[in-house]
Amino acid sequence: MSDRTEWPLWEVFVRSKAGLDHKHCGSLHAADPKLAIQMARDVYTRRQEGVSIWVVRSDQIVASDPGDKAMYFDPAEDKVYRHPTFYELPKSVDHM
Amino acid sequence: MYTQAMDTRAADEAPKSLRSAEEVQLQERFDARIDAGDFIEAKDWMPEHYRKTLVRQISQHAHSEIVGMLPEGNWISRAPTLKRKAILLAKVQDEGGHGLYLYAAAETLGTSRDQLFDALHSGRAKYSSIFNYPTLTWADMGTIGWLVDGAAIMNQVPICRCSYAPYARAMIRICREESFHQRQGFEALLTMMTHGTEAQKAMVQDAVNRWWWPSIMMFGPPDDASPNSAQSMRWGIKRVSNDELRQRFIDATVDQAKLLGVTLPDPDLKWNEARQSHDFGAIDWSEFKRVLAGDGPCNRERLAARVKAWDDGAWVREAATAHANKQTMKEAA
Amino acid sequence: MQASIQLKRDPSVQYLLRIGDTALILAQRLGEWCGHAPVLEEDIALTNVALDLVGQSRALLTHAGTLEGAGHDEDQLAFLRDERDYFNATIAELPRGDFAFTILRNLIVATWAQLLWERLQASSDAEVSAIAGKAVKEARYHQQHAADWVVRLADGTDESRRRIDAALAELWRFTAELFESDAVDGAAHAAGLGPRFADLRDPWLAEMAAVFDEAGLAIPAESGFRSTGTRGVHSEHMGFILAEMQHLQRSFPGGVW
Repeated sequence: MSDRTEWPLWEVFVRSKAGLDHKHCGSLHAADPKLAIQMARDVYTRRQEGVSIWVVRSDQIVASDPGDKAMYFDPAEDKVYRHPTFYELPKSVDHM
Repeated sequence: MYTQAMDTRAADEAPKSLRSAEEVQLQERFDARIDAGDFIEAKDWMPEHYRKTLVRQISQHAHSEIVGMLPEGNWISRAPTLKRKAILLAKVQDEGGHGLYLYAAAETLGTSRDQLFDALHSGRAKYSSIFNYPTLTWADMGTIGWLVDGAAIMNQVPICRCSYAPYARAMIRICREESFHQRQGFEALLTMMTHGTEAQKAMVQDAVNRWWWPSIMMFGPPDDASPNSAQSMRWGIKRVSNDELRQRFIDATVDQAKLLGVTLPDPDLKWNEARQSHDFGAIDWSEFKRVLAGDGPCNRERLAARVKAWDDGAWVREAATAHANKQTMKEAA
Repeated sequence: MQASIQLKRDPSVQYLLRIGDTALILAQRLGEWCGHAPVLEEDIALTNVALDLVGQSRALLTHAGTLEGAGHDEDQLAFLRDERDYFNATIAELPRGDFAFTILRNLIVATWAQLLWERLQASSDAEVSAIAGKAVKEARYHQQHAADWVVRLADGTDESRRRIDAALAELWRFTAELFESDAVDGAAHAAGLGPRFADLRDPWLAEMAAVFDEAGLAIPAESGFRSTGTRGVHSEHMGFILAEMQHLQRSFPGGVW
């Protein structure tokens, strides 16, 4: 019907409070970056959900392949010595 | 509710039996994940039928939100107080936003919003039957909030645990906003029934008389007339059956109606002690089928309005794209 | 039928109603776009502007009612005045037209409103100052949103350019009224309530020129025509707006909503 002029898709990330991370909250269509930011503000922050907005064109996002999940993420599973709880210390110094 | 038309179709064909060994393994892993209550994300492997079903359901949900802006939008210019005008504007705006979240969720499955609009405008895609009814008085606004949004909430909460995560996340966002929709409607009616004039009370009762049956039809045909529900349940897309949702809704609403002081227009509505639920009268499924097939009071107007908005707006969308392209070329130079 | 309220034409009341009614009537026009905008995101954006304006009109009308001292609340003022007692600038009541018309009108009014609210923050009236503190941020956003769109449409396609040109030709002659001064704003200025409207003209022109420059548009020639909505004498469109807007309050006397 009008694929020539379909506006590109953008992913929206909002920081809800100073000190917190930007979180992904959805996507929208916009013709240019300025419009994308304005629309993100209108669509995703109506209930005071944000102090900062990032928008990224969806086709700019590089994602890990779910097929590689095992290779990428399982090896972290058995390296428990990376976690503080792995180390038992006497109570008197356990606050470390 | 957003699968009303799908529910009444003949059961979808079983998927082709000739498949590679790899595909069989992928299917088994997928089924195991569903059974374990895992979430499926956009880039995960999924059966084609699962993908297609979701695109249809999510987009029909999205279409419902957008079309739903129209019957309520009718009354923005005539809202009786500034507070009610602001509330109605905010509510209709939310509905636009919900449509947007849902189109975004549908797009993660490999379709584009323009394609989905094309399906809606050409009449191929459906939307919830309820929005084909006219809003004739101000009391319709409160009644829609109370009954229609109430029914929607009842349907939506279980979908927050849908197996397809982008849809579930959109639903969580929507549910957070939706409860205001029902509360503002109920409060508007309560104000009129408690402090209003006799003419206002009559207006409220009239609205309830017109919206009750279409509201309970929103949940779709009875379970034994919904051949596709089973597959959706199996996939964790649908969590609760049509009949069960409908019963829950009726049971919740009867007490609310008593508080309002309105009569629900069903002489057969009565408490069944043994079932611990309300019995209710026969639904006119022929009306439901008619409205769903395009022959309701407002189907043509609703679709025409959406098509007009789209067509009239083409030059705007084209201009924005043209301008963006010019900017890109300037920057590249 | 619910009869009209009689408005006490106190200059401060009239001054505040010029601003509040302009917001109210413009919000009424913007609300018409709900469900009909060119793109979903813009539907939400225009409705946001309408909501901000409704909020501003509520605050101003409530305060005007207090100053009037006749016990009129925001709704009685919004819904039960006679047409001659509404003081919005005529530009606000014009039909919404196409998207170019709406967005250019938004730019014109928001640029004016932003300058006005900035100065109203220094009002001798604490309530007006407080309202202004909130409203100026909203007006800034409305202005930016509209300005960006005017540039997009003016430098977009041939058709969008044609439409923006047509909108400009139609709207420009209604802008002069926004900067007319008389006894009403003279009294407001003397009391420290708010600025004279004429004092906004030069800064407004400068802002508009900056946007037009980016858009490649030219400021049209001055017209001798003066619309008179701020004096209570409106265009033919106002009657229809009020008929719709007032209908429920008029037909349910004593109604509680």
